[in-house]
Amino acid sequence: MATDVTTRERFRVTGTVQGVGFRPFVYRHAVALGLAGFVLNDSAGVLIEVEGPSAHVAELSRLLIDDAPPLARVAGVVTERLPPSGAAGGFRIVESDDAGSADVPISIDTTTCADCLAEVDDPHDRRFGYAFTNCTNCGPRYTIVLGVPYDRPATTMAAFTMCPLCQAEYDDPADRRFHAQPNACPECGPQLMWRDRDGHAEPVSGAAALDFAIAAVAAGRIVALKGIGGYHLVVDATNESAITELRRRKARDDKPFAVMVSSLAAAAQLCDLDEAASAELSSIRRPIVLAPRRQGTELATAVAPRLPELGLMLPYTPLHHMLLTRLARPLVMTSGNLSDEPIAHDDNDAMTRLGPLVDGLLQHDRPIHIRCDDSVVRVTSSRLQVLRRSRGYAPQPLNLPFQAQRPVLAVGAELKSTVSVAKNDWVVPSHHIGDLEHLATYRSFLQAVDHLPRLYGVEPQVVAHDMHPEYLSSKWAADLGLPTIAVQHHHAHIAACMVEHCRTAPVLGIAYDGLGYGPDGSLWGGEMLVADFTSSHRVAHLRPVRMPGGVAAIREPWRMGAVWASLASGADAAFRRSLQHGVDESTINAVLDLAQRPSSPMTTSVGRLFDAVAALIGGRQRISYEAQAAIELEALARTVDRSDAPRYDGCITIDSRFPDVLDPGPLIDALLADLDAGVDRARLAAGFHEAFGRATVALAAGVAARHDLDTVVLTGGVFQNARLTDVVDSGLRVEGLKVLVHSRIPANDGGISIGQAAIAAFATN
Amino acid sequence: MTTVGDREAVVLDRIEAFRRRRPRLTDEVVTLAHGAGGKASAALIDAVFVEAFSSGDRMPLADAATLTLPSGERLSFTTDSFVVQPRQFPGGSIGHLAVHGTVNDLAVSGARPMWLSAAFVIEEGFPIAELHEIAAHMAAAAADAGVDLVTGDTKVVGKGAADGLYITTAGVGIVPPGRQLGPEHVQPGDIVLLSGNMADHGMAVMLARGDLKLDADIRSDTAALGHLVEALLEAAPSTRWMRDPTRGGVATVCNELARDSNLGVVLDEALLPIAPAVVGACDLLGIDPLYVANEGKVVVVVPPGEAGAALEAMRSHPLGANAARIGEIVAEPQAIVVLLTSFGGTRIVDMLVGDPLPRIC
Repeated sequence: MATDVTTRERFRVTGTVQGVGFRPFVYRHAVALGLAGFVLNDSAGVLIEVEGPSAHVAELSRLLIDDAPPLARVAGVVTERLPPSGAAGGFRIVESDDAGSADVPISIDTTTCADCLAEVDDPHDRRFGYAFTNCTNCGPRYTIVLGVPYDRPATTMAAFTMCPLCQAEYDDPADRRFHAQPNACPECGPQLMWRDRDGHAEPVSGAAALDFAIAAVAAGRIVALKGIGGYHLVVDATNESAITELRRRKARDDKPFAVMVSSLAAAAQLCDLDEAASAELSSIRRPIVLAPRRQGTELATAVAPRLPELGLMLPYTPLHHMLLTRLARPLVMTSGNLSDEPIAHDDNDAMTRLGPLVDGLLQHDRPIHIRCDDSVVRVTSSRLQVLRRSRGYAPQPLNLPFQAQRPVLAVGAELKSTVSVAKNDWVVPSHHIGDLEHLATYRSFLQAVDHLPRLYGVEPQVVAHDMHPEYLSSKWAADLGLPTIAVQHHHAHIAACMVEHCRTAPVLGIAYDGLGYGPDGSLWGGEMLVADFTSSHRVAHLRPVRMPGGVAAIREPWRMGAVWASLASGADAAFRRSLQHGVDESTINAVLDLAQRPSSPMTTSVGRLFDAVAALIGGRQRISYEAQAAIELEALARTVDRSDAPRYDGCITIDSRFPDVLDPGPLIDALLADLDAGVDRARLAAGFHEAFGRATVALAAGVAARHDLDTVVLTGGVFQNARLTDVVDSGLRVEGLKVLVHSRIPANDGGISIGQAAIAAFATN
Repeated sequence: MTTVGDREAVVLDRIEAFRRRRPRLTDEVVTLAHGAGGKASAALIDAVFVEAFSSGDRMPLADAATLTLPSGERLSFTTDSFVVQPRQFPGGSIGHLAVHGTVNDLAVSGARPMWLSAAFVIEEGFPIAELHEIAAHMAAAAADAGVDLVTGDTKVVGKGAADGLYITTAGVGIVPPGRQLGPEHVQPGDIVLLSGNMADHGMAVMLARGDLKLDADIRSDTAALGHLVEALLEAAPSTRWMRDPTRGGVATVCNELARDSNLGVVLDEALLPIAPAVVGACDLLGIDPLYVANEGKVVVVVPPGEAGAALEAMRSHPLGANAARIGEIVAEPQAIVVLLTSFGGTRIVDMLVGDPLPRIC
């Protein structure tokens, strides 16, 4: 009988397989199957040798893939047949040889597992009410890792010595906490601490600290809460005046706040959640999910004024769980920062920066090494799009569709910055770093460009950066002394989307965004490029216009409105419209004059076109957060069904030369005529989306045919606009083209470093 | 946990050590960015001129060189070329600039300006009447500054070979014994002062050039700073460092200070003196006034104990009526200039590579 044949096999398991309970999992099954042998962690992953009846060895081999622990991501299992040694002696876990830098990904930070939550809720458990309960299946990882290999001394838990009970769990291969590096209990682990806003009263520690925080939130106060990747500001989401006060203190006028609710059922009371949204919301990653909000809920209107969507998340630490359970109401959980600054993650920094904003701080003494914001995903018509890829996603590697020619560091753009490293057949994007011009963000950037290559054993031979000479990341790269590759912004956007879809053949890339530096020194942002990982050629773009006053034209959409109105129907008409929107005469005259001058930069930005239309039909004249005017324009458009949108066929002209030019001038003219005729603004917004999307399709179909391309990539921040994406995507499919859109990699500048890394890794010189 | 913080500090140090290195020149031809006063200018000067002209420990980098005579007395020596369109603007002309610029370079090096030379490159067809006018401006400016124009040269080039008129002046001043100014004297805790409103000159020239269609009464601040600086140094004898924030503005000279002293400069947005009309013009143009040129201002670093006296001395002088404390020197962050914004943020004020260009999207 085959089952009687003794075999010996070696399994080499690669992927995210350390720090996730893989060895105890192997141990349990090997022992249950009566196999002899060993399992160990090494720099390549997990190595297993087993000997026993061949059917049992085969069963273990199956389990490695089919039944791996929840946090494990098995990239591959290589099996090798060895001669049986005949040695008995059972199965054992061999201690790590921590030689060399690991090729083993660090696990993501994940939500508390059901087993741990049960302990936290059980009055008879020694971890009852303990905020730092975790095991090999859950808890903090990336945010506490100082270096590799992943072991307790190389985490911010190093300072905590385990008590005998915890140590016993840690040493027991059959235990859920076997080698759980952040293992802790109330006896030996991190403690909560409550401080009042001025730090005058003695800090309160332990369970009482949570009582103070809960009482404060219940009373409508603002509390800073230290979490996994940084601080949140917490306030009762049903308390209008408390939220208004938070907006005042944070200097945040309109930008929506995220809300945490206790359960999926509670979430479904606030938003319409389809299957995809529910799945992502309750995934172990626990991102903020943007979903359509329901009317008539208990939420205060100040949570997300004027927007049809709401950002929801579920609890992901025992502390969140206890807060939500005891307060029994939705909570605003917004980033612990001032306006656009990065979130605080260091305790002293939190005292300094958040102290003045809050009534109290609920802190703890487990340091956060890597600041990691909540991730943000949006689900529209069952399509999932990651807008901010950070906690729960970083530092998970992505596959490259080719072998990297050399190790690469890519430093990203300037806003929504991320950095990436690439080697072999993978690329690892960092957490969301943020807007580099803030000092604290820039420090995070410096930390990331050091930390990420070390964690992944990458010694970069080339540094990829944006072409924009004034990006702080470009300047940093230029000063580093390594060979550099300047990657054009929109080429990087397209490459990021190609990585997501494992595509190497040339595509037609449609990159619509706010702006990116073009090789001609102008500011691009409405581009069609024929691209692959080697090169890109501009084949079409939006009609170039001036940005009167450079950055001022970004902060004040009415300026772009005046530019387009003046191109469409003359300076006098533009003047009158701006006057109607409350701008003073001399300012309008100065801006219209600037629009003629070479000192104002040229741009082909579609983001600016959306700003212009928003301003012209009476939307935002000045913005208080990035892309606000365009976001509100999309929201307005989505109140009208596509089939009801007015049609402006033929209102966008395509000027066929090389490159082709898309001119929406006549469309602006037609929209303004309808506006004057009293057509509803929402219908105008919908009509604009429809017309601009269809013109994009017509142009792209022509260009694709001419260049013999069958695949189109939609990328850039503008393609976070669900309505426009829908129009373009469905239109291109009707034309018989294959469409690649972003899902797991952000379409915005958060994806740039991934595209840069891929292009630099593909190049051979 | 201190070990984490310490480790981080070491890492940041190591990384920043790269950043502090002066920029490299990679271009093949000279572009306008090389003249904008930012990183590209620094790279050009470093790679071409410092490379060619350095000998031993003598580095021709400072705006003015201090020369020691065999007698032990010290002279300060400087030169500057002036190119501006239009040549006349509210508050002054190229003639005023040619005298003030060189006088001010001497004054902020700690010298008493004494003698000037002037060389003229004139395009064929240039009106003699305008030349008279400009010469009169130079004479008046020199008299006002207490310097003598003692030598000069004139060249005429064919039509099209120059844009009207270029003036080069050189100046010599005497450095009184005991004066020691330089980035090496700057210490954490020192106070940064600015002698008056920012950005007047740059905006006045832009308006005069017609770059902005706006009725605003903005005049160039062009002026000789010798007397103001003398009054300041008398009141604050331990003054550490001074610079006139011309091309590239306050932001650029603060970046040079941060780089050369290896310390941080923290500016406070709410304290920066600026005229409302200039704020309005800058807002319209989308320009950060920190990067706009001044021709009659000085940025001064003094020890905290002398800040009050220094400020009072400047404010007592007609050119320093709006003098203000604008920031301080810190040990950390090293070699970076930051701005505390009015809503409480901390923004990096970097040295630009070339001309300002939007970065946000």
